[in-house]
Amino acid sequence: MRVAPLRPGSYFLSGNAACAEAAIHAGCRFFAAYPITPASDIGERLARRFAGTEDGIFIQCEDELASMAMVLGASAAGAKSMTATSGPGFSLMMENIGLGIMMELPCVVVDVQRGGPSTGLPTLPSQGDVLQARWGTHGDYPMVVLTPESAQEMFHCTLRAFNLAERLRMPVLILSEESVGHTNEPVSVPDAHAIETVSRKMTTVPPLAYRSYEPDDHGVPAMAPLGKGYGVTLTGLSHDERGAPRASDPENHQKLVERLFAKVEAHCPQILLYEEELTEDAELVVIAYGAVGRPAKAAVLQARQQGLKVGLFRPISLFPVPEARLLELARRVRGFVVAEMNAGQFAREVERCVRPVPVRSLSSLAAVHKPEEILHVIEGWAHVD
Amino acid sequence: MSIRLYDEWPDGIGHPLDSLLRTEQLPHVWCVGCGLGTATACLLGALEELPAVRDHAVLVGGIGCTGRAVGYTKLDNFHTTHGRAIPFATGLKLADPSLNVIVFSGDGDLFSIGGNHFIHAARRNVDLLVICCNNFIYGMTGGQVACTTLPGDHSTTTPMGNLEDAFNLPALAEAAGATYVARWTSLHPVQTQRTIREALGRKGFRFIEILVQCPTYYGKYNDMDLRGMVMYLKNRAAMAEGSAPAAVPITKDRIPVGVFVRLERRPFDGRIPPAS
Repeated sequence: MRVAPLRPGSYFLSGNAACAEAAIHAGCRFFAAYPITPASDIGERLARRFAGTEDGIFIQCEDELASMAMVLGASAAGAKSMTATSGPGFSLMMENIGLGIMMELPCVVVDVQRGGPSTGLPTLPSQGDVLQARWGTHGDYPMVVLTPESAQEMFHCTLRAFNLAERLRMPVLILSEESVGHTNEPVSVPDAHAIETVSRKMTTVPPLAYRSYEPDDHGVPAMAPLGKGYGVTLTGLSHDERGAPRASDPENHQKLVERLFAKVEAHCPQILLYEEELTEDAELVVIAYGAVGRPAKAAVLQARQQGLKVGLFRPISLFPVPEARLLELARRVRGFVVAEMNAGQFAREVERCVRPVPVRSLSSLAAVHKPEEILHVIEGWAHVD
Repeated sequence: MSIRLYDEWPDGIGHPLDSLLRTEQLPHVWCVGCGLGTATACLLGALEELPAVRDHAVLVGGIGCTGRAVGYTKLDNFHTTHGRAIPFATGLKLADPSLNVIVFSGDGDLFSIGGNHFIHAARRNVDLLVICCNNFIYGMTGGQVACTTLPGDHSTTTPMGNLEDAFNLPALAEAAGATYVARWTSLHPVQTQRTIREALGRKGFRFIEILVQCPTYYGKYNDMDLRGMVMYLKNRAAMAEGSAPAAVPITKDRIPVGVFVRLERRPFDGRIPPAS
């Protein structure tokens, strides 16, 4: 028996369950993770869903260092692979996320965020890992980060994450949080045949001509099957197109890292995704993402009822930052409010893009904002004039 | 598998294992007198004797002097992060059971920073051959004490002698669940290659320790030149085939060598059986 995707229909699922189900739809057949609240139920569901199948592989690892390494190994062997964790485990995965960037191995990492730092608030939501997701592993590299506001959107984000990982040949991160992960809500599951699934590009050259890191026109190297004489050679060291270490060659390294950035840049049309509400004539734009997008939308609608010209910008892809769109909005609005469950991590990214238009950070560290809190800030801003 | 013997050498003279080497990447990073070349040759020699195994072999290395070996070969190879060769290899093997996955790395990589993965892979009985080249010291980083440095030995971080005890790696491997456990030295290339060949023909978590000389650091800080290091390994090696792993710790006087464990145990494949 093989792993079977859910039949199309309406289901009542948590964000974590929707993630597991979408992973199956996307073709994920390898899941490795270490238990951690509030992410454990993604693996629990996949262990049940993979049980009794010949193609679904589940392994509970000794730690998150192992889960990230196993996910990369499985990817190298041809599997679509995923792991899921939360803050402390995400910290442990950082080094091997960097290995995934350097080896250019597609995979999906889900961080169901909880309050930090350290052990923090294991059962409460947070968006404290935003900049860690972007810059947590050492060195310079591009990163693709998606963030859903609901179980339904988690389903779509997971599908997109796999497709982008396969297309770009790199790890793609999903930042969920406890509130999205553990809220049960209706999820519409489409027909499996109607879902677009992308698979990595495999080389068409003969084994002896294959070079492990030779990029195609989009900057993405084709992969090769193992055990077939291609001599696949991947390393975390800086390397040339053959995969030969070039550990003391600044020019070669500059070229390599610039290509990594360029391949993401080239795919921005497929990566960037955001929702806008009432921004057409807005003088003030509220920016919120993940679960905070929901109270933010309610606040914007209430403000409109008061006649305040307010709009909502909700990034669903957080990184790369939608810089061009933010700049366009900045030309028309008088200010931005960034509501997020951290001390202003994405607000700094927004500031960088919209300067000199003022940006107000509305921080809530371990609870989803109430609509009134956001509305209060909107009203305060309106009365400044 | 492509065979391109000797053609990179203008005088037509090459090494018998050139067919498995990326000769364009030579010379290698290892110091004059290092034992890693011998250990690598034993692995590649064993693979050449078993073409069916070789053609589906994948090599995984960690970080350190030994970890660099895999990248010199024409086989599919992965040079991973420090300590994570075994979990990376586990992912490869579970996702594609047709591969013969071999981890080739050092003592610091496999037993210090990566020790947790070693014991868990052995406990699970993942179908891997793990070869540890033990040089008693951290070579790549310049001669610091290791978890395999004998008590009293000197290194850059134990200027007054090592205060800690060393791991007995075969005992650790057996206790954690390895199904095949052996130890040789770089002074036993014939036995080492024969043992690797035997291990490649078996299933489950298999472990081979190869003691290699590091004249540059271990020798330097412990008053041995290359000849002294070679004689150190040669004179202390004592045949202990079939001994209980707990009885084969390395001491100042004796380095027990041989195959210590041969067991049959069903390997782990990551597939969950159906509910009964």
